[in-house]
Amino acid sequence: MIVGVDVGGTFTDLFLCDPGTQRFRTAKVPSNRGDEAVGFMNGLRALGGPAGFEAIVHGTTVGTNALLERKGAKLGVITTQGFRDVLEMRRRDRRHTWGLWGDFTPIADRDLRAEVAERTLADGTVRTTVDAAAVQAAARDLLARGAEACAIVFINSYANPANERAAAAAVRAMWPNPHVSVSSEILPEIREFERASTTALNAYLQPVVAGYLGKLEAALGDAGFGGRFHIVQSNGGIMSTATARGVPVRTALSGPAAGVIAAAAIARAAGFDNAITCDLGGTSFDVSLVTGGRMALAAQATIDFGIVIRSPMIEITTIGAGGGSIAHVDRGGLLQVGPESAGSRPGPVCYGQGGTRPTLTDANLVLGRINAERPIGGALSRLDTEGAKAAIAAHVGAPLGLDAMAAAEAIVRVANARMAGAIRLVSIERGHDPQRFAALPFGGGGALHVGALIKEVGLGAALVPRFPGVTSALGCVIADVRHDQVRTLNLSLDTLDTAALDARMVAEATAARAVVEAAGLPVSRIEIRFELDMHYAGQTHTVGVPLPLHVMGGTTGVSRAIILSAFEAAYAQAFSRLLPGLPVRIVTLRTAAIGVRPDFDLAALAPPAGATVEGAARGARQVWFDGAWHAATVWSRLDLPVGARIHGPAILEQPDATVVVDPGLVARVDGLGNLVIERE
Amino acid sequence: MSALDAVTLAVLKGRLEQVADEMDATLYRSAFNPIIAEARDACHGLYHAETGATLVQGTKGLPIFVGAMSFAVQAVIRRVQAGAGLEPGDTFLFNDPYEGGTHLNDFRLVRPLFREGRLFCWLASVGHWLDIGGNVPGNYNPRATESHQEGVRIPPVKLIRAGVMQQDILDILAANSRVPQSNWGDLNGQLNALDLGERRLHALLDEHGEAKLHAAFDLLADRAAALMEAEIRTLPEGAHVFEDYLDNDGVTDERLTIALDMTVADGVLTLDFSRSSGACLGPINISEATTVAACYVALKHAFPDVPANAGVLRPTRFVIPDGSLLGARAPRPVAGYTETILRLIGVILGALGRAVPARATAAPFGTINALSLSGQRGDGTRWVMFSFFGGGLGGNPESDGLHHANNPISTATIPPAEILEAAYPVMFTQWALRPDSGGPGLHRGGVGAVYEIEALSPGVTEVALLGERGRYAPFGVNGGGDAALNRFAWQTDAGWESPPMASKVVGVKISAGQRVRLESPGGGGWGDPMQRPRELIARDIRLGHVSPAAAMRDYGYAP
Repeated sequence: MIVGVDVGGTFTDLFLCDPGTQRFRTAKVPSNRGDEAVGFMNGLRALGGPAGFEAIVHGTTVGTNALLERKGAKLGVITTQGFRDVLEMRRRDRRHTWGLWGDFTPIADRDLRAEVAERTLADGTVRTTVDAAAVQAAARDLLARGAEACAIVFINSYANPANERAAAAAVRAMWPNPHVSVSSEILPEIREFERASTTALNAYLQPVVAGYLGKLEAALGDAGFGGRFHIVQSNGGIMSTATARGVPVRTALSGPAAGVIAAAAIARAAGFDNAITCDLGGTSFDVSLVTGGRMALAAQATIDFGIVIRSPMIEITTIGAGGGSIAHVDRGGLLQVGPESAGSRPGPVCYGQGGTRPTLTDANLVLGRINAERPIGGALSRLDTEGAKAAIAAHVGAPLGLDAMAAAEAIVRVANARMAGAIRLVSIERGHDPQRFAALPFGGGGALHVGALIKEVGLGAALVPRFPGVTSALGCVIADVRHDQVRTLNLSLDTLDTAALDARMVAEATAARAVVEAAGLPVSRIEIRFELDMHYAGQTHTVGVPLPLHVMGGTTGVSRAIILSAFEAAYAQAFSRLLPGLPVRIVTLRTAAIGVRPDFDLAALAPPAGATVEGAARGARQVWFDGAWHAATVWSRLDLPVGARIHGPAILEQPDATVVVDPGLVARVDGLGNLVIERE
Repeated sequence: MSALDAVTLAVLKGRLEQVADEMDATLYRSAFNPIIAEARDACHGLYHAETGATLVQGTKGLPIFVGAMSFAVQAVIRRVQAGAGLEPGDTFLFNDPYEGGTHLNDFRLVRPLFREGRLFCWLASVGHWLDIGGNVPGNYNPRATESHQEGVRIPPVKLIRAGVMQQDILDILAANSRVPQSNWGDLNGQLNALDLGERRLHALLDEHGEAKLHAAFDLLADRAAALMEAEIRTLPEGAHVFEDYLDNDGVTDERLTIALDMTVADGVLTLDFSRSSGACLGPINISEATTVAACYVALKHAFPDVPANAGVLRPTRFVIPDGSLLGARAPRPVAGYTETILRLIGVILGALGRAVPARATAAPFGTINALSLSGQRGDGTRWVMFSFFGGGLGGNPESDGLHHANNPISTATIPPAEILEAAYPVMFTQWALRPDSGGPGLHRGGVGAVYEIEALSPGVTEVALLGERGRYAPFGVNGGGDAALNRFAWQTDAGWESPPMASKVVGVKISAGQRVRLESPGGGGWGDPMQRPRELIARDIRLGHVSPAAAMRDYGYAP
């Protein structure tokens, strides 16, 4: 039995499945912010464990929160003479395009960033050999200043790590804990700021994540758990806790990644190879792209200004529009929704907790889209519709000369437009035709807006999973094991030594495969994927070039012709014009080993036989669409049978989500229990 | 003007900005030279069919172009009316700074968008090409006394005529650059961006129709004007005066004055530069188009919530004497225009700060420090390392100034030292923050940086710098102190030397093992340094941003 555990800000969700019988169970318990282990263990007990479970896979936000709240370790840095300020100088950017205010505090104070005499040149030549004794003296000084973790970053170590490795050995011989991160181990890639930032953030997270995992492992041991314990990575794969302790920076997007994994699997199983996942939370709207059944990965992410992690991560685009986003009219008379949010305290006006400024949730309530008597989450007994209406009339209606209903509808339309903009960013802007995509909402709020998104963006359909609230926990259970490696090569294609490149690729594949095998989870096969970052000589940006190659008989069979044709295909896809005749360069080799997990049959989630449309009917209520009240039918979503067709306007309710089917749209229950919403 | 509801307007605004943003992103990713690809010295937007006024601009493009591009489109409109004619499939190209603002490296592509045979609006793209001839590689010639020494000047010509690329124009461009391949790559990137913008805009028009879009353009400009006027009305009525200086023009060693008389009256802001210096011999003149664009940048930084379209300029008036330093005409040299507009922006921030001290922002570091190192490789090919460098931003009501930032006219990121070392025979021996370079204040100015570079090339490495703030420091406000001056030096067999004209020099030669050292200014301080909390001064000393001696001198602080 495998259990997925997703610890969110409010609730901890669990999904248990038995791969043998293909049966599943779910649980939802309150989270305990600050001591996530409590909710984690409570959830496992609710499912009758953890003793007897074979494996637990965990999507965690402990790393994310430590980054956002700046609650990592007191960090020391050892670096090349002349370069201790790289972390603080960033790439010479500023916070906003417009406006010159605000400053920046790096994660390591300047007096905890030590320099040592050593130098490697760009071609790998060691110009000044590092002195181990000087490195140890620097490390002792950092310890005396209170450093709890240490990052070692030398200039050009991507080209030759010899000096950096010598320094690392010297520090590890005397550092009182395992929290030492070394840039050539974490990210052997050119660009010192991105490498330094990633390495420093890794060290910064090491004690936090190791402490958290240690606590969980102790609690699991005490409870008699004898199976495997794994962590979801930002790249959408899972890794052993041993790996996670070494590279905690790869957990930065662990929580959101789990949701996208499940969303991709659900979309595939439902026959949608192309989907856009949408997670509408209280303060933000996160979207991510699935094409050809695969999640899109970004090479790096900016967690906050100056806080950059370069490591393959699920590409998530976030805008500040959530249920708690505040609606207001700016001084130019334009209606804005967000990015300012009422959060969960005081929250929307309708929560009756002291909020006075209208939010998107208030608008949804006033329009009848949310049921005032059945708030999601269970913390409140009912919602205050009149309060919400008055706030909308005062803050939005009066300045725009609209009545409360028209103002509420305007708030929803503007919010829909912003969400549509985020979807366009990841789809149309990258050359994808939205008609070929389905929106896949997970979490509680997204299903309120998918109908509008179909119309606004021109999406082909929306696909609402049967259990939107446990999508992330499901993702933990079905995620593949994955390990990514990167290496800067800086080679010209014209003079490429293909034998040397082949040997390098085989070595990278062997190392990555070993990490996946060591994770110890059952996998049906291990895939190796190679990708090169390439460009025309003279360009600085690169395009990712997937290579159609596999290791067989100790070789990949790589050739110049294969690389060139793959490059031209990738370049033509990204830009309209090829530049034939210009020399082409290979900058970086990326290798991923993916341990493909046995399939979990999502049909296990389907509605039971014997359900009827009549049995799911819950009458009708007035809902405001397009400037007028409409009688919308109301349904208990989980009681609908496979094949049921519900015509809009309709509201489908379930404990953890509300689905709105707009007029002109129709929802049908597919064979797996998902709702497919399409135009009539 | 047809009525358009507020909600549709908000939707269209987002869609239009996205078109421009996407054009920006396409060019950054496919450009060849790092000044576009990394430093984002480019911009895209949509412009009014008849007036050329800015309708919509990308949110990521180089801020200075936001104002300047409108002049470029107007130049094309004049050319069309003067007989060049216009048909679908045309694309104009030019770099004439006296028509379109900024300097010769900025190549503008302007393309009409037709709907059913009628001109609907213009799409334009501008990007900084690496080299376009002239006396100095990269075209930052600090000794130029006329435009012809700076590079080749192209008036608005039809690069694409009814869909047909004019090969002879491409041939002329290629023959007039040291790096024709790089320019060709950048041109293709700009064409990629225009193609994409055209497709996106047609799709938007198919969906919403011309009338709705026209109404949206009008309303968005009205709203920008209303917001700008509301901001102006928060300023006290009357005259507010500020002036600052440039070290020299690189040719004549005399200071140049930028003097502003700013008047606020009945919701109108008048910026009068009449008391500023006349045109200079060296390359730091700017055309009127550039001056207006720079004013726009300053106002946008002071009032970041005002949207980026021509409406912003409606409640503003400019007095810029024709033929002066700020209203230069051909062939006055303009390559160093960045230095002049940075000072101009500082002067506007200074005057606004005097009007409303509570919202004052101290001066940013104020120079781009265009440094070029060049030489020949073993195989005889030429290399040119050309980059701009960072400095500190000014203290402000909200915080200390940001350390090592880019200039207000730019959103550029600096190329990593490792990328530069991999591409050129140089080694950075220092890439560090510069202690004591931020102006003291209740909110301290951000500190500048020290970049020290050693030549590795076995032959001669030639050095040129076009910088500023070597003699007049970035100012503090509300009692805050000035930042440190810009400093530049290079090693010779006899020791370190500095430029006689402060931060402008060309023709310096160093050999392998010798170094150059650039120390950039910080930002000015905000508020009385004596009021700075003692624990923050102690922290600055611990972190090394302020030395104990400077803490004693500037803050009266002793541990």
